[in-house]
Amino acid sequence: MGVTRPSGTQSRLRTELIGQLIRKDLKVKYQGSTLGFLWSLANPLLILVVYTFVFAVVFKSAVPYFGLFLMSGMLIWNFFTMGVSGATTSILANAGLVKKVPFAHESLPLASIGFAGVQVALQYIVLVVALFVVGMPPLRPELLLIIPALIVVLAATIGLGLFTAASTVRLRDTQHLVEVALFAWMWMTPIIYPATLVHTQVNNHVIEWLYYLNPMAGPVIAMQRALYGVVRYPDNQAARDSGQVGQLLLPSADNLYYVQALGMSAITAAIFLAAGIWLFRRRSADFAEEL
Amino acid sequence: MTTTQGSGAVSPTAPMEGEILIDARGVSKRFASYHRRATSLKERMVRREQSEGDVFWALRDVDLQVRRGETVGLTGPNGSGKSTLLKVLSGILRPNDGTVEVRGRVASLLELGAGFDGELTGRENVYLNSALLGVPREETDRLFEAIVDFSELGPFIDYPVKHYSSGMYVRLGFAVAVHVDPDILIVDEVLAVGDAAFQRKCLARIEDFQRQGKTILFVSHAAGQIESLCTRAVLLDHGRVLFDGPPRQTIKRLNKLLGVDGVATIDGELARIIDFAVVDPSTGAPLEEFVVGARATVSCQVEVLRQPSAKAKFSLHVNAPGQPDAVAHVTPRFHTVPAAELPVGTHALSWQIEEWPDMPGDFSLGLGIFVDDTLMAAARIDGLRISGGSVRCIPGEVRLDDGEAVRETAPENLT
Repeated sequence: MGVTRPSGTQSRLRTELIGQLIRKDLKVKYQGSTLGFLWSLANPLLILVVYTFVFAVVFKSAVPYFGLFLMSGMLIWNFFTMGVSGATTSILANAGLVKKVPFAHESLPLASIGFAGVQVALQYIVLVVALFVVGMPPLRPELLLIIPALIVVLAATIGLGLFTAASTVRLRDTQHLVEVALFAWMWMTPIIYPATLVHTQVNNHVIEWLYYLNPMAGPVIAMQRALYGVVRYPDNQAARDSGQVGQLLLPSADNLYYVQALGMSAITAAIFLAAGIWLFRRRSADFAEEL
Repeated sequence: MTTTQGSGAVSPTAPMEGEILIDARGVSKRFASYHRRATSLKERMVRREQSEGDVFWALRDVDLQVRRGETVGLTGPNGSGKSTLLKVLSGILRPNDGTVEVRGRVASLLELGAGFDGELTGRENVYLNSALLGVPREETDRLFEAIVDFSELGPFIDYPVKHYSSGMYVRLGFAVAVHVDPDILIVDEVLAVGDAAFQRKCLARIEDFQRQGKTILFVSHAAGQIESLCTRAVLLDHGRVLFDGPPRQTIKRLNKLLGVDGVATIDGELARIIDFAVVDPSTGAPLEEFVVGARATVSCQVEVLRQPSAKAKFSLHVNAPGQPDAVAHVTPRFHTVPAAELPVGTHALSWQIEEWPDMPGDFSLGLGIFVDDTLMAAARIDGLRISGGSVRCIPGEVRLDDGEAVRETAPENLT
């Protein structure tokens, strides 16, 4: 029901609405702060400094530039986790709108995800600058892995976000469950430790590939390959001590490996997307009543 | 729009033949009472089924068709389902039963400042609001000046709306809704918030809309508004359509439903009024229509409980709504108040009204019984409508700047 328009116009209008909602969120977030969006850069800078200190200095990790390794995977994870938790509460947070104005409800979780995208894009600036500073050439063919990685992450984020957004309206517990799950999920994803460690521990090809059914695992190692790019442990003191010199740091030197891992993750991401769209469509007509 | 005008012969002045833009059939909407709704996982586990006894039907089997060019007023007592119906028609709520079809762009204004974000400025909210209404950005750019003009916000447009007064809220909200060129305008009772000048402006804008052949659906309790604006009015009560027809008849039924057309009495310690009615002098049947120049009999039964200390005085007067002073008194001669001894017991009184005065409009008829200027008992009949009559002449003259009086023309040239 409602307005019937050519579908092209319809989706362009929805994009405009999402744009307006993102602008609103940004505006509200930085309202009255003098440094404004610079605060978004504080989080990645802090990660960089703190983790470099803890892992490179305290733990003496054999991973070179540990902070950069970490950020390569962490930022895409940040997008996922911010997007999903933002989407989860997006309908509740805009109850006033949903109850009084007719519009396409999916704009709300999509805008939350877009908002997370804007913030994380700012954080990537920090990473790119840092990569330049330490002299890691960021322009390599592996950069192309970013494109499929982003597609998989986007599908997973939108899918899960729509699902949790719709589910939270009726079951308020969902938002707390999501928080806890995301925390555990981060440790299941090779962000703070290299994925190679998992493989050497389990040493089983089937389990190795099942591991990438985690829709974030494939994208994370792909981003690490694309941005961080140090495939093998170099000859440094910590690597010599642990006998890892020359061994694989990232799971493979072959770019195809990452494409395959992304393929595994894409399966789950596609299921998420389908489930998210299905649940959201089914529930959205009742949002106004259930809020 | 995918739908097209039915035929070229459809005239905008004949809305009954226009294409149906809003088509609701058999619409029912029920709400589960709040405390019984399980919102947490635990509750859902513990209580799987909701008992049917906790549901409340806000709408029951409502049929409503609105054609292009119609202005439909929706009225009814509080809680009759008006707002729920608007929400169902604008697509915010899904009916539990029945179908709703709406063709065309809908702009709905259901609540004061709905869709506004307090942190954003008026300007930013205009863009957000039009995006919500499905208006492309460049169109909003084009309309922006007109919206600000209409809202009369001036420099305040760049202030955060959380600092706005409720009048400013509704001005901006209405300004956006009417400027985005909707096919159908749905307005809940929000206009009452603005001041008189702004209300007049909104009504003028609604009349513009009507001239453009647009479709308007609005909720109002103001009988005058409904009668002057609407081509049709719908009376809802307890979620059902009680009446759907000419505005005037709808208002009549509303007044009956609200009990404001009936007789209200104030009983004192000395006396009480048992019966008070206006009847046809020849048949004795209760009168509903009062025509200028016609006769009527007002009858009253009063029971006196204690012997008053002096003669009782009777006052029968006509009041205009909302005005404390009577506009006319029913008296045998000017400025005399009839008085009589009233012993304990029941007395019947009657007034003969020779002719209703030439003052068409809505009034109430009041009766007061006084002793020593203290009210003993009073009664009032509301919803008294005097119809007919002619335009009255007030002696006067028109002059041009040079002092020459403008002469009347021959009547045949007037048209």
